[in-house]
Amino acid sequence: MGKVILEVKDLKTKYITRFKEAVYAVDGVSLKIEEGKSLGIAGESGCGKSTLALSLMGYYFAPLHYTSGEIIIDGVNISGMKADTVRKNILGNEIAYIPQAAMNALNPTQKIIKFLEDVIHAHDPKKSKNDIYDMAVERFADLGLPKEVLQKHAVELSGGMKQRTVIAISTILSPKVLIADEPSSALDVTSQKMVIKMMRELMEKGYIKSMIFITHELPLLYNVTDDIMVMYAGQMVEKGTAKEMVFDPIHPYSKGLMGSIIVPEEGTRDVKLEAIPGTPPNLKNPPKGCRFAARCKYAKPECGVYEISEKKFGENRMHRCIYDVDHLREVYGE
Amino acid sequence: MSAEAIKIKKGDSVLKGEGVTKLFGYGKTRTLAVDHVDFDFHAGEVISIVGESGSGKTTIAKMILGLIGVTEGSVYFNGTLRDISSHSKKKEYWKGIQAVFQDPFSSYNIFHKIDDVLLDCINLMGGRGYSKEKKEELMTEACSFVNLKYAELTNKYPFELSGGQMQRLMIARIFLLKPKILIADEPTSMVDACSRATILDMLLKLRDEIDMTIIFITHDIGLAYYVSDTVYIMEHGKFVEAGSADSVILTPQAPYTKRLISDVPKIHEEWDLSTV
Amino acid sequence: MKHQIKQIFHSPKFVVGFIVFVFLLLMAIIYPMVSAVGPLESMSKIKFLAPGTYINVEDTLNAEAGVIELDVVANRVIAALTEDEKTKMVEWLELYGGVEEGSIDIGDAETLINTWNSKYDEDIRVTGTTALRKEYQRLAARVENLLESSGVSIAEKNENGELEIVKSYKTKEFVGVNDIANKINFPLGTDNFGRDVLTELTSAIGTSLRLGLIAGLIATLIGLTFGLVAGYCGGVVDNLITFLTNLFTVIPSFILLVLISYSLGQGSRSVEIVAIVIGLTGWPWTARSVRSQVVSLRNRDHVNLSKLSGHSMPRIIVMDILPYVASYVVMALILQISSGILAEAQLSMLGLGPSTTKMATLGLMMNWSQQASAWQTGAWWSFLPVILSIALVTFSLNLMNTGLDQVFNPQLRDS
Repeated sequence: MGKVILEVKDLKTKYITRFKEAVYAVDGVSLKIEEGKSLGIAGESGCGKSTLALSLMGYYFAPLHYTSGEIIIDGVNISGMKADTVRKNILGNEIAYIPQAAMNALNPTQKIIKFLEDVIHAHDPKKSKNDIYDMAVERFADLGLPKEVLQKHAVELSGGMKQRTVIAISTILSPKVLIADEPSSALDVTSQKMVIKMMRELMEKGYIKSMIFITHELPLLYNVTDDIMVMYAGQMVEKGTAKEMVFDPIHPYSKGLMGSIIVPEEGTRDVKLEAIPGTPPNLKNPPKGCRFAARCKYAKPECGVYEISEKKFGENRMHRCIYDVDHLREVYGE
Repeated sequence: MSAEAIKIKKGDSVLKGEGVTKLFGYGKTRTLAVDHVDFDFHAGEVISIVGESGSGKTTIAKMILGLIGVTEGSVYFNGTLRDISSHSKKKEYWKGIQAVFQDPFSSYNIFHKIDDVLLDCINLMGGRGYSKEKKEELMTEACSFVNLKYAELTNKYPFELSGGQMQRLMIARIFLLKPKILIADEPTSMVDACSRATILDMLLKLRDEIDMTIIFITHDIGLAYYVSDTVYIMEHGKFVEAGSADSVILTPQAPYTKRLISDVPKIHEEWDLSTV
Repeated sequence: MKHQIKQIFHSPKFVVGFIVFVFLLLMAIIYPMVSAVGPLESMSKIKFLAPGTYINVEDTLNAEAGVIELDVVANRVIAALTEDEKTKMVEWLELYGGVEEGSIDIGDAETLINTWNSKYDEDIRVTGTTALRKEYQRLAARVENLLESSGVSIAEKNENGELEIVKSYKTKEFVGVNDIANKINFPLGTDNFGRDVLTELTSAIGTSLRLGLIAGLIATLIGLTFGLVAGYCGGVVDNLITFLTNLFTVIPSFILLVLISYSLGQGSRSVEIVAIVIGLTGWPWTARSVRSQVVSLRNRDHVNLSKLSGHSMPRIIVMDILPYVASYVVMALILQISSGILAEAQLSMLGLGPSTTKMATLGLMMNWSQQASAWQTGAWWSFLPVILSIALVTFSLNLMNTGLDQVFNPQLRDS
């Protein structure tokens, strides 16, 4: 059991709409990541995974509001901190965040080296441009990016190259935690592979101590992260190692999700794809009890009455279902 | 890649192409989007055209649909040379071929209600003169085929539904029109993983009922493998490989196909990152 | 749809612009109806009567008078003396009256008169030329004259041909304004034709708005049709229409307006004709923007699906493309109205606007005022309110447009 780099305790954050309604996007999420490990967060669109990523940064701006819970990075609790303190001390050197489609957000009028200068100067204003350039060249070379990229503009780069550059820029200060939200979704498969390779290298070479990878593509998570957490309607429904989650899912929702994976491998054509009917609940008024009950094949009346808390099982696994593990395994076996 | 290499033949040829080419632009900006391709699709067959963005797969779909013109080459529909020179001939052609597009949100005119969408289909099929009851009966039947309740949808606008429901409504439309050929352009890429199977199942069910040919246009080779009988791999406007799904995916011949398959993350096999 | 309309009325900019616009519109409709005079009724032969109430002299003389203790004499004297004369009085007082220099304020006429009355002595010798002496003597006589006014008498010729005093008025007699039967109020005075400016102005606002509406509608309709057809059809049709649009853009529309107006000649330039001409030259920018929107719309999935359903091209344009550009067209219409009103004002000021004296437009009022040298004579009421009205009308329209823009283009919202 290594050092815990990131610990989240019962985090709750919400969106306040223009009409002053609250949408409970993240409703009580807890997790722990050790040094050297990575966590993947999977779920349908609208389950709260992107909101969770934003919330973990500790940098809230309307309409996102922090409600309760703790975020502890390497022993430092950032959940109560003011936005400015977070921006100056935390973002960039403790936590790095790469939002969705970040590669499209690169200012087209600046050279890549300028972005690096911005990031480094925000935390160390005295560093000289030459030093920054040397640092950049070294890091880029180590990650497999040619140094010519530094003198180019964003429009001159291909999609895959852009995204890899963005990742390199975000991690130049070697943050403890990297949070990446769908870093490879908009890319073709070859570029996707390059991005994934780079992220693995970042972890292996110690430039980042841990990583949170958010995506809806499960085969990707299986190949990238050590652990996988499945979210549904703002809550975590199951957590375990990647292998356990893909081959032995326990919660009915995770089972359905894993059952919808299609890969171009032998045997894919023989298995029937699973489907889960219905749509996720409206988070303005989350349903009582289990939020998945309305769509669950195995639901019983009690599911809609009692709030289900997280249940531990196995070695560090967790699920949130009213049934216990053995019962579920039995039902699936039929 | 010639049409003879395709081993699986289910039924007669419904759509055949020889040397189909599309050239865009003039002078320096000329682009060859589709480069002399051959294809042969049969009744009841499920085909996937797999390619990355920019490969020309959307262009070929639009040419097959008759939405854009063919620069060179011939297209045969049900064995005879296709003639879509006038608007009325196109209208006739479109009774036999329809499409489902990727983005359910932009597939609807936001100013029209759901009822109008379905009534439109009924009119196209010649049902303009049907009684109100008959029309309602048809619409209810179509909706229930895709697990939607017409009674709940009536008088609503499409954007009041979820993405998955809108896509299913598109399939209800196809159910009403019963075309011989359906082009499905990335029908599940904007739909949640859990609802994907539902969409695919419905399309395959339709195929079984009316012996419809489905042509999937996709970049997802896993999906292509799962659902198709025949797979065509497209690169830079050319078909580099074509054949039965098993042969193309499990024993790929062309280097591009091999690379494409190895670049997709796997579950049961080792995903080799060193080859990138 | 309904939701959008609700949103529109929540936009503060739109609401403010709308209120101002409606106020102007109501003024234009109601005031001419309730006004005592017609908008183009010449009320006076005197050019440029200043704003104020004008009362009938005969009625004043015939009305019942009462005495009010006000120092009327001093006021009359003050009103009658020119600045020069007052300066001269101060000069004499300082030189010969024993008054300290600078201690008399020329603005305080009452003190000046009183000091003069107490200090002036015609026997004190004035140094200087004879002319100067005579000047002071004349001044003293004049002041004395004014001070002595002790009332007025009216005399009539009797049967013998002699003047007989019929009525006398004391100097401090006043009559009440309400007792006077004939009075007229010109809130903004009259123009050079003797017409009540306020009535004329409000009717001109109405005419200008009507003209702007006709011009705006024509320009928007032409622009919309050309934009739709060019954008959707592409190819040769697009090239032709774009060529036409560019032609009309390259030639400055104002020059075009001037040329057309001139060639129409004095006789046939009515308000409606001018409006049509303005509309016919103002459409290019609408056409261009509609066209670019249509070009991006024609590749949308719902348009393709409509084609696959076998719908004809006109039907697709009207049902699948037009509703999507509708919000833009409404905004374009408002801007076209605004620019139409301005264009007419500019034309009229050059004398190339509607050639009519039977109807007033804002530009025509400016033109008349300028031709009668209002600026030089200081008759500010004949052009300043017109300028303000033009500014208010266009301001309210543009404000409404900005408000609408924020509703239809959410990215522009302030919040």
